This record gives sequence, C-alpha cells and structure tokens, in this order.
Amino acid sequence: MAERSFKAEVEHLRLGAGETFTGEGILAITKALLESGVGYVGGYQGAPISHLMDVLADAQDLLAELGVRFEANASEAAATAMLAASVHYPIRGAVTYKGPVGVNVASDALANLSSSGVTGGALIVLGEDYGEGSSIMQERSHAFAMKSQFWLLDPRPNLPSIVRAVKQGFALSEASSTPVMLMVRIRSCHVTGQFETADNIPPPLTVRDALAEPRKDFRRVVLPPMSYAHEKDKIECRWPAAEAFIAEQTLNERFGPRQGKVGIVLQGGMYNGVIRTLQRLGLADLYGKTDVPLHVLNVTYPLVRAEMLDFAHGKDALLVVEEGQPEFIEQSIGSMLFREGVRTRLMGKDVLPMAGEYTGQVLHDGMTAFLRETAPDLLPGQVRAPNRDAPEIPDLSKTVPVRPPGFCTGCPERPIFAALKIVQRELGEHQITGDIGCHLFASLPPFEIGGSTMGYGLGPASNSAFDAGGERRAISIIGDGGFWHNGLASSIGNMVFNRADSVAVIVDNYYSAATGGQDVPSSRANNPTKATNNPISAAVRGVGVKWVREIDHTYDVPRMCEIFREALTTDYDGPKVIIASSECMLNRQRREKPLQQEAVNAGKRIVAPRFGVDEDICTGDHACIRLSGCPSLSLKKLDDPLRDDPVAHIDQTCVGCGNCGEVAEAAVLCPSFYRADIVHNPTGFEHWRAELAARLIGWLQHRRSRKSLSFGGAE
Amino acid sequence: MTVQQPLPAETDKPGPDGVIKLAIMAVGGQGGGVLTRWIEALARTQGYACQATSVAGVAQRTGATIYYVEMARTGTTQPVFALAPSSGDVDILIAAEMMEAGRAIARGFVTPDRTTLIASSHRKLAISEKSVPGDGTADATEVRAAAEIAAARFICFDMEKLAVESGSVISATLFGALAASECLPFDKGAFEDAIRSGKRGVKASLLAFDAGFHACRKGVQLTGVPERSPSSSGATGPARLLDRWASLTRRVAELPEPARPIAMAGLRKVVDFMDADYGEEYLDRLAPFAVADCLGGDELTKAAAKYIANAMAYDDVIRVADLKTRASRNGRIAAEIGTGPQQILHLTEYMHPRAEEIVGMLPAGMGTRIAASPRAMARIDRWFAKGRRLRSDRLGPFLLLYALGGLKGYRRRTRRHAVEQAHLDNWLSRAASVAASDPALATEILCCGRLIKGYSDTHARGLSKFDMVLGMVDRFADRPDAASCTRRLREAALLDEGGEALSDAIRTIERA
Repeated sequence: MAERSFKAEVEHLRLGAGETFTGEGILAITKALLESGVGYVGGYQGAPISHLMDVLADAQDLLAELGVRFEANASEAAATAMLAASVHYPIRGAVTYKGPVGVNVASDALANLSSSGVTGGALIVLGEDYGEGSSIMQERSHAFAMKSQFWLLDPRPNLPSIVRAVKQGFALSEASSTPVMLMVRIRSCHVTGQFETADNIPPPLTVRDALAEPRKDFRRVVLPPMSYAHEKDKIECRWPAAEAFIAEQTLNERFGPRQGKVGIVLQGGMYNGVIRTLQRLGLADLYGKTDVPLHVLNVTYPLVRAEMLDFAHGKDALLVVEEGQPEFIEQSIGSMLFREGVRTRLMGKDVLPMAGEYTGQVLHDGMTAFLRETAPDLLPGQVRAPNRDAPEIPDLSKTVPVRPPGFCTGCPERPIFAALKIVQRELGEHQITGDIGCHLFASLPPFEIGGSTMGYGLGPASNSAFDAGGERRAISIIGDGGFWHNGLASSIGNMVFNRADSVAVIVDNYYSAATGGQDVPSSRANNPTKATNNPISAAVRGVGVKWVREIDHTYDVPRMCEIFREALTTDYDGPKVIIASSECMLNRQRREKPLQQEAVNAGKRIVAPRFGVDEDICTGDHACIRLSGCPSLSLKKLDDPLRDDPVAHIDQTCVGCGNCGEVAEAAVLCPSFYRADIVHNPTGFEHWRAELAARLIGWLQHRRSRKSLSFGGAE
Repeated sequence: MTVQQPLPAETDKPGPDGVIKLAIMAVGGQGGGVLTRWIEALARTQGYACQATSVAGVAQRTGATIYYVEMARTGTTQPVFALAPSSGDVDILIAAEMMEAGRAIARGFVTPDRTTLIASSHRKLAISEKSVPGDGTADATEVRAAAEIAAARFICFDMEKLAVESGSVISATLFGALAASECLPFDKGAFEDAIRSGKRGVKASLLAFDAGFHACRKGVQLTGVPERSPSSSGATGPARLLDRWASLTRRVAELPEPARPIAMAGLRKVVDFMDADYGEEYLDRLAPFAVADCLGGDELTKAAAKYIANAMAYDDVIRVADLKTRASRNGRIAAEIGTGPQQILHLTEYMHPRAEEIVGMLPAGMGTRIAASPRAMARIDRWFAKGRRLRSDRLGPFLLLYALGGLKGYRRRTRRHAVEQAHLDNWLSRAASVAASDPALATEILCCGRLIKGYSDTHARGLSKFDMVLGMVDRFADRPDAASCTRRLREAALLDEGGEALSDAIRTIERA
C-alpha cells in the first residue's frame, strides 16, 4: 500500500479518443503507454518516478483487462532484465526507475540489452533526480546512453510533448532495434496540465500468448562471436536507422525564425526555462513565439549531424543549453562543426555554469551574457544598460536556518538511533555506515550517526574492510528496502561468507518508506497481487547468520539499548544482525487515523495517546531534543522573567509514539514528560472510577493549598 | 497582523506578461500539496490555463519544500509556463512559516516591484534551533523587517493558530488569506468551490478558510502574550501566612524600582518552593548585591534576583512531586490536550530516580556518608534505579507523589539541600567579592547560573561547564575585560552539549 493512492486518478486512464486528460505528468506517461499497446510494464520506485510505480500498481485492474503484465521488480537491474522479453518477441515493454542511481544498478542488464538489440519496442522511463529537491549525487544518466549505444529522449516538459515522446520512443526503438530511454526531470514528473487522449490499445501479442510459441535466436546472445557483431551492428545499422527515423519523423523541433544571426540548441527539458528567459528579455511571447531560432533536442542521443549542421548554417554563434556535466552535447556539436569547417562560434559552458541546475536565474544570466556578446542589438535597452538600482534588501542568509529533511513525527526509526546514541555514550563512538533510505537521516543532527552511504543495500558491505573486528565493532545500517533490493546477497551474504565480526542493523518499517511506502517482500500488509509477509529473519538465517536479534517494537528504547549493548560486547565473533521492526508512522497514521475517527464517532471506546511536557519542571536544557528531533517536540518561550531559555513543548501533531518518554527514561533525562491517554467513549465504570479518584485527589489538593501560600498556579 | 499596501493597484493585476506566478514555500507535512491542488482547480474552473509543479520524495520529509503555480487566461494556444520560480519574477509568494518567508526573501523570490508576500507569522523551529542547550531560536523580527522592504505588499499573521482552532491545517487558512488579498482575479465563492471539489475534510477546511479570510480582511490584532503585572502578589493562603507574605513584599519594595518585578517573581518562586522563611533567606542573600549596586545600574540586582531564586528553587524530587500533584496542573493539561467532559484522561509520569536522587533525600549526615561510598551507591542504584511509570490520575500513585511533595518541611535537613546551599554560598561569595570593584563582572558571575539546569547527566554537565567558566574567571578576574570574557565563555557554553565551543573560547581567551 503506497503513501499516495491513485485509485481515483486511475479512472482517467480509461479516457478514449478525443477526450481531454487533466493531471500530472506521470499519469500522462501511463496513459501514453496504454495508448501505445504496451505488453508489459514494471520498474523500481524512487523519486521522482515513485508515483509512476504507484499509478501502475493502482491501475492493475485496467492493465489486466488490456492483457498488460505489471511487475513490481525487485530492483532496477531486475526491471531492465525484464525488457529481455522484447529481444525476441514483438512485444512493447516499458520499465521505470530513477536516474542516475537506478541506471547504475541497471547498467549490467542495460548493457546486455543494448548489445542484443530488441524486436519489440523497449522503453525505459527515467526520472532524472538532478537539481533542487534531489536526494542523490549529482550526475547525468546521459553517459550510459553513450557507452551502451541506446537512445535518449528528453522531451519538452508539457503533457502533450511527453505523451508524444512515449509513442515516438517505442517507434524509434523498433525502427532501430535499440532500447530507448525517456528522461523526465524532477518537475516534469509532477507537472500538471492537459492533453487530448486516444483509445487504449491492447497489445497485439500478449506476454501470456507469447509463451505458447517460444522464440529464440542465438545471434542475439551476448557471447563471442556475436558480441563483436553486435558492436558493428550498433554502429553500422542501428545508429543510422535511428538518425534517419529521428530526422524523418522530426522528433527534434525548430522554433523561431528560419534565419537569424544566432541560435540556441537546447535539451527538450530545458525548453520552458529557455522560453521563460526569452519572455523576460522581451524576445518571446506568452505562447512561446520566439525571435531567436531554437533547435530543441527532444532526442539528446544520438545527435543528428545533418540537422545540427543545417541549424548552424549561416549563424554567427550558437548557444548550447545543456544541464549538468560534462557537456557531452556541446562537445559533439563542436566536433561536428570543426570537422565540417564551419566557422560558427559555439558557446555554452563558458556563459552557463558547468555544474548545477539551470534555474531561471542561471539561464537568465547565461543567455543574457550570450546575447550581449553575440547579438546585443536583440537585447532590450533595460538589459543593455540598466538605469535603476535594485533596492537593498537585508541579507537573511545568516538568519534563516537550514531545514534538511528528517524523521517524521512518530517515526519508528527515531528510537533506534536514540538508543544507539545512548549506547555510544556508554561504550564510546563506533565506526558506523549508513545506507539509502529514511534511516540515512540519522547522519544529520541531532543524531549524527553514520558517516557514509555507498549505495542501496550496500550499508554492511561498505563496512566490510572492518569486518575482522578490533577494539570496537563496526556497525552498519540498512533498511528493509535496501535489504531486499540488493542487501541480502551483497551485504548480509558477504558478512556471513567473510565471517564478519561486525553488527548490521536492519531497519524494518514494513515498506520501502523513503520512496513513498511501496510494499516489499517483508511488508506486513496483505497485498492482493504480491506475496508479502516473508520475514527478514528467515532470509538472514537462510543465508547463514546465526546471531539474530529481533525487536518488534522499536519504541522500547531500553530494550533497543540492551540489544545494541549485547551485539557490541558479546564474545560471539561472527556476523551479528539486529532486525528492528515497527511500522512507518506516516503510513500507519494514514491508515488508522480515519478508522479511529470513525470508531470514536460510532461511540466505540478508543484510547488515543499523546505526550506532554510539564513546563515548570522542564529546565530548558533541550537534552530530549538532542535525542529526538521529532517535529512535534519543539520549544516554547515562557512568560516568566526568571527563565532565560525556552522550554520543551509538544504540539497537537504528536501521535503518541512514546519516544519522548522512553528516551527521557532510558537516558535518565528528566521527569518533565507525561503521557496523556485520552479515553474516548469510556465505559460507565471507568467514568465512576475516574470521578471518584478525581474527587479524592481534588480534596487532597485543596487541603494542601489551604495550608500554604499559593500563587495562582504560576509556579 | 501586518497588511502593508503601498502598491495595491499594480499587484491586483496579473504580471506584466499576462502570467500570474505563485510560489508556495512550506515545510514538509504542512499541506503545501493540497493548497497547490486547490489553486489549480480554482484557476481552471475560472477559465485559466494553469500549470503546477512540486518536488515529491524524500526531500519532503519535514524539510523545506517549494510548490510553484503559473496561470494565464486561456487563449487558442497553450501558454508556455516555467517549472520553477525565478528570483525577481514572482507575483505572489505564500510562506507557511516565518523562516520560510525569510528563505523566500533570501532567494530573491520577494521583490518590491511586484511580490505580494502572504506569510504565517508562526514558527516551526528547525532542528538546529531546537537542539542548542541555550536559546538558538532564529530572529523572526529580522525576517519581518526584511519583508517590509522586500514585498510590495506584506500580509502576515498567525495562520497556524487559526487553522488549529478551526480543527484544520494551515493550507486552508493560507488559501483564505490568498482569497482576501484579492491577488487572484477570482471571487470568494470560487475559492470555496475549489475546496469543495476536494474530497476530504471539506467542512473543517472551509471553516479554516473563512477564519483566514476574515482575519486578513479585518486585520486581527497580533495576539501577543498579555502583559502580566509581576508586582501584584496574588497570593492566597491562611491569614497568618498572608501577613508574612505582606512583610516580605514590603522588603521587595525597598529594592531599586527596576529590580522589583524580577525580585517579586523570584520571591514567589522560592516561597512556593519551600516557605516564607525561605523567602526571608532569599531577600537576605539578595540584599548585599542591591547595596553594592546602588552606585551603578540595576543589572547586578536584577541578575542576583533572578539567579539566586533559580538556584534556591533547585529541581529535587520533592519539587517535581509537588508540581506534578497540583490542581492547576490538571487544568493546564486538559486545556493543552483538549479533552472534553465526555472523555477521561489517563496520565502516566516517566520517572527514573537514580541513587543520587535517593541519597539526596536522606538526612545530610547519612547522605554524605553513603554518597562517599561507590559500593553503597551502586547497591542503591541496583535496588531502586530504573524507569518508573506512575499513573498519577490514580489514587495510589498520586498519594505517593503527594506524600513526596509534602516533604517541604523536611527538605532543609536533606543532603541535597546542604549541597545546594554550599554551592550557592560559594558562588555568591565569589560574586560578592568583586561586586564593589567590578559590578559588571559580579553580574556576569551571577548570570553563569544559567548554565546549571536539567537533571542527572545534563545537570552534571551543566555544573562542570559552570565550574570551568568560574575557574577561568579566577584566572582573569583582574583583567579589565573580565566581564566580557566571562560573558563570552558563558555564551559559548550554551552553544553545544559537549562543550566544544566552550573549550575553543577558553583557548582563545588564554591566548589573548
């Protein structure tokens, strides 16, 4: 069960010819796949294309009606390997994952697939996680296309263009026997808009039908001598076929006047940003009608040489707007112009930055610099000679605190790291590595646990240099998502085989939580189409781990501490695996909150816990916050002239997970915390008993206050 | 509430190119996505072409997020919209938190020629602000001042509070303020229809929307903390004690005027902690500083009034038990948690007494002997020290706490009291010794009381920082900049838990 449900939106996927679809980019991509007669789909979640997997999962009824197979693949490698179905069979297949990290994982299968070549159209929908909002290293997936010789589409970021690119991508793949990658950037995935739909097409040959008539052709197998033939085929046949198709079908687009002194070559994904800059410079109108000629590369690999030379013809200068590094496209164009002896000046990374996202400001600065240099007469007077000073706005960059992502309110991972921090205070600092997932937030304040991440499922593997042990054991963290993705073999199996004297902590929150709460094999929910409830403990024992400790309630901080202490001090010198399980609070609240409200309204007895802080007992030292970082645990300034520092305060978003109290107790912090259990619809007996206790307590309180000085409850 | 409208005529219209550009800066979990969907639905139903973008994924987990919407009147062709805001090119900026407004200004999204800034004045503290041992809260007044300059129009009030009061989330009040601002060319009914087109929580959202709308229109007053007059005694109790109290307050009245409110608060605190005699002791301790101060300002007296009171009302088992069993606490919790008469409340207290606390409760002589023996302390820890949860709404556990809280009369004989008094007297004598020659240094020495807070380990760490700072003071007491050095050390000590900043500051001062 994913964090966001698309059940309602999925109905729009049934729209037929001539109707208008309104919604997000990822839904448009799904609709385009169905309109293309796709035979099977799959992928692996990860921002920014997690929702595409969620849409596919929620659309399974429709997919089944059309005879389309949906697979929630175990990893990007598995997803790409699935495209093998298109090698021999004329079936269109599409998978999705994020880039470039997903492409890294997929690259083995991707290289094999590219070598073999395809019969049916094979499309990879890639969410390129680059720029603001990205959660990974900043690289380009472009290089993979160049090394494996598959084709890369980068359509203009609007729904009709993206939909067209899906359809063209399949056709290009089939025309050139080559897999095609369709790249969408972070914001394009979630851009909203409209397009005119066509009818869905059931696949002409379904994967089910294909099994009745198996096909094979040893010439497609990557083995010598065929592998040599594949390389030649790529260069001599597939590439020219692709160039011809791109040119004939005009996949790349031209805008603006035919003639011009200067022109801009841009990746399709940069189009809206470039147009916005031209609009701001008075060189384009609201609808994109531009005074500067544009050559828009909806296909960024391969480049069509003839098109490029044609565009450069008669121009004094070209600007290449290519986001990221290195500047593959600019280099290629430079080489084309040079070989042809064309004297057109080529600009790009000299006026635009080599590294970093091409934001509105960056494009504005770079394009202005280009035009000022090559065609100043195009620029409006205001830009050529600004005569108005911008008003001085106070610098707030030192005032505004950074706000990195962190654990959600009530997150079950918080107590794990609180316990680890407490235990490290007793036993000393340890060598700790992180992995990919929400648990990596532990490396940030307030926990500052773990100093590296080497890839999904590779947490324990990245500590393997320290496997022989030493004065203090190395600890590695891995999530349930990473565990099933790659970790079981690469990390845990590796520990067993190498007799690692170290500790691995598997953080099991029942989902692939960081990517949006998709199910994994060990998820506890009953998923109608997937096999869940496969315990992680059985898997680790199965690969040979003898020392396994499981905790099914991570909020029990003393128990968590005890397990860490045992793992770090036991005489056992083999691999030690701790499986810390509690459900992701975000998903749990989403499921339980409405049900609970319903039950309360129906008059059922419900106990809702919440935590609070006694403000007159709290001394404002914030030790609890340094072991929590919970968004609902914040500070409050008291109206008391004797107090300098704000005290801890828990707001109404508290979900009563219990971490505060547990930590206060386990770390012996202070007695300020209390848990308030609100009993909705209590029984008559409960009412009677509570009233009796309240009356007796009230009498005692009155008795004491009568005998001493009191000050209106202020202190 | 701030509504600044120097350029209303210009900002009521779409941007110069016919596109309205709207950015929302929020903290993950504030409902920025919902707000974006409402704005989109609103624009489309009103005949506008509209595009929205957001960044989903892990970056949203409690981090700073940005949503961006562009709209333009629908023509025959589709307009080309940008996918992200550019500095200097935003018409409406909605900030769902004060520092996010600051971030928007810092990024150049708020400019005086065109931007209407709609910001909620409340704070959602970042972890870096919350985790410092002192007060690390960022200065919202700086943001406010910058916003007055940067925004063409600045609408600012506590929209979070209004939302919570309406049982909804801030997205709805922000939407209400947006409607009231008339930045978008749509009427109120269309905004409400957009909320109704959503599926969930329509009723609460409409309530909060209305609250935001009217607050913006009417210009609600900033609901600050009402000034409480600290000089009013407001004491209740038996007549005999009230007479004592009156005589104590007369002594306060003899102090210099500016120090009276804080001395009054201090007096209340120590009398509440123990009894009227203790109040007498407090004023006796305070008196010499007031005398020494008579030539200078009142800072020394004020510091003495504050920190002597805090030190005398130390946090022991008796105080915690007393505070946890007061009638006023029940009311405060019920108000904070929001329980009605139909619900009942169970209260669980989290306690973890250690040998130190238990021995601190013993008579001073016996306590000192036991505390000197590590073996005995270890044994007591084994027997008693563990997490204890007490259901203080039940009679049994309540009685236990109530009895402990009633030990105020016995407290003077405990080991903890002896330790605290000795510490306090030593500290005060150090301050007093320089009070005449360097009142500023004496003030700074007293202010070091701020370092001692918390319980158990935190308390011990605070004490050790206190000792480090005072140890340094002894070494540079003769220097003319002794007071400012002490202040620097104290401020450094409050920056982090481990004391790295303090060690750095000590090294710097030693080198100087």
